Amino acid sequence: MIFSIVVQAAPYSCQSAETALRFARSLLEKGHSLHRVFFYGDGIHTGSALASPPQDEINIPADWNTLAAEHDLDLVVCIAAAVRRGVLDTNEAGRYGKSGSNLAEGFELSGLGQLADAIAQSDRVITFGA
Amino acid sequence: MALHTLNQPPGNIECLKRCLSALSEGDALLLIEDGVLASLPAYAAHYDQIKVNISLYALQADLAARGLNDLKDNRFIVVDDGGFVDLACEHDKVVSWY
Repeated sequence: MIFSIVVQAAPYSCQSAETALRFARSLLEKGHSLHRVFFYGDGIHTGSALASPPQDEINIPADWNTLAAEHDLDLVVCIAAAVRRGVLDTNEAGRYGKSGSNLAEGFELSGLGQLADAIAQSDRVITFGA
Repeated sequence: MALHTLNQPPGNIECLKRCLSALSEGDALLLIEDGVLASLPAYAAHYDQIKVNISLYALQADLAARGLNDLKDNRFIVVDDGGFVDLACEHDKVVSWY
């Protein structure tokens, strides 16, 4: 079955950020496919390359990145939600005249059209809200 | 038939009530995260009022993390993360209450 996941919870703020990651791992272990993970609202903080949690704690951004590399996942961060909260790729940093960009490797900024596409392409869409 | 997930503690009583009032015949309710607190017998009256046939589940890891494995209402079936995925597959859609 084809799944997509919507993550609205910021890492380290809500447990649902971790539940989403566990759910993604479980569905992949069961042989299902994950069409897209869409990070929306405060969930966009998952895409920050600057997150530096203590080494003995779960690293949610890094764990998504690892899972994405293993399974060739599409990790999309909502561009409108991200730019206003300060998660920028090099393009957006240039557009807004910022000194640096901080979108983590493995993530891309895109629009709500990618969420609409995920809903159309997937058998199941699951939201992990905050 | 839909799978409903609820991640709010029963202290957020409006969320629990809205969720329960939205359940239709054949739906399933899966309590996750702080939502598993609503599986305690203290909240049994809320489920007694449901007029349609539904299935009740609670997520194992979240029950265990809160020490509730032996305290939950017997109507709740415990599922692990893989069981969560299976429930999502068995139902047409997933409705998240948060």
